[in-house]
Amino acid sequence: MIVFQYIAEALFYAFMILTFLGGFMAVRSRMLMHAVLGLAVALIGVAGLYFHLGSPFLATMQVLIYVGAVCIMIVLGVMLGNTPDQLTTKNFSGRNLLLALSACATGFFTLFITIQQTKFAPAAQMVGDMSIRFVGENLLYKYCLAFELISVILLTAIIGAIILARGGREEVAK
Amino acid sequence: MIISDNLNTYLIIAAILLVIGLYGMLQHRSLIGMLISSEFILNGAALNFMAFNRFVAPNPAVGQIYTLFIMGIAAAEAAIVVSIIIAVYRKYRSEDPEQVQDLKL
Repeated sequence: MIVFQYIAEALFYAFMILTFLGGFMAVRSRMLMHAVLGLAVALIGVAGLYFHLGSPFLATMQVLIYVGAVCIMIVLGVMLGNTPDQLTTKNFSGRNLLLALSACATGFFTLFITIQQTKFAPAAQMVGDMSIRFVGENLLYKYCLAFELISVILLTAIIGAIILARGGREEVAK
Repeated sequence: MIISDNLNTYLIIAAILLVIGLYGMLQHRSLIGMLISSEFILNGAALNFMAFNRFVAPNPAVGQIYTLFIMGIAAAEAAIVVSIIIAVYRKYRSEDPEQVQDLKL
C-alpha cells in the first residue's frame, strides 16, 4: 500500500531530524551529561537510518553496542571524573566562533560539492543479499582473519583499560 | 518527495555528522566532550559505509561487516579513552586538555 511508503518516508525524516538534534545537543550543551544524552539520541537516529538502508541487524547492533555500551561507559567516565554539572564548553568569543564555524562550513561544502558532482554507478552484478545469514557466512569464511583480529583488539583494550585505570591505586590498597 | 532511497541523501547526512564532530572537537573544553565528538565522526564514516553498501557495492555483506568492525573498534577506543581520562583526572584533578601538558603520568 502506498500509505505505508509515506509513513516510512516520514519516519526517515524523523530519524534524520533526531540525528541532527542529538548532534546539536551534544555539541552545544553546556553540561557534560546533556552532551552524552545528545550522543545517545543521535545514535538512535543513526540506527533508524540503518533500518532504512535495509539492515535491521546493524540497527540492533547500533542500539546494543553504541547506546547500550559506549554511552554507559562515557557516563561512567563523567561520573568518575568531574562533577557532572560542571560547565564544559568554551565560552566562544565572536572571533573564535567565526573561525570554528567557517572551518566546519568549508569542510562541509567541499564534501557537498564533491558528492553532488560525482556519478556513482551501481554495481553491474550483485552477489547474495542483505540477510544476516549472508553476513555471517562472509564473516566466518572470507573475513575470518579480520574477525579474529578484532577479538584480539578488544581483549587488548580490556586489559589496557584495566591497567591504565588501576594505576595510582596501590597506596589505597595497602 | 522520496529522499530515503537516494545515495546522496545518506552521504550528506554523513558529511553533516562529520562536521558536527569537528565542531564539537573544537568547542568542548573537556576530554570527555572530545571523545563524544569523535564518536560522531566514527558514526559518519559508518553511515558512509552502509550507504555505499546499499547502493553501489556488488557484495551487500561487506559494508555491514565493516560497520560492525567500526562499532567494535569504537567500543575498544571508548574503553581505553575513558580509562586514560580517569588516570589523567587522578593526576591533574582536571579534564581540561590545556592543563594536561606533561607527558609523564
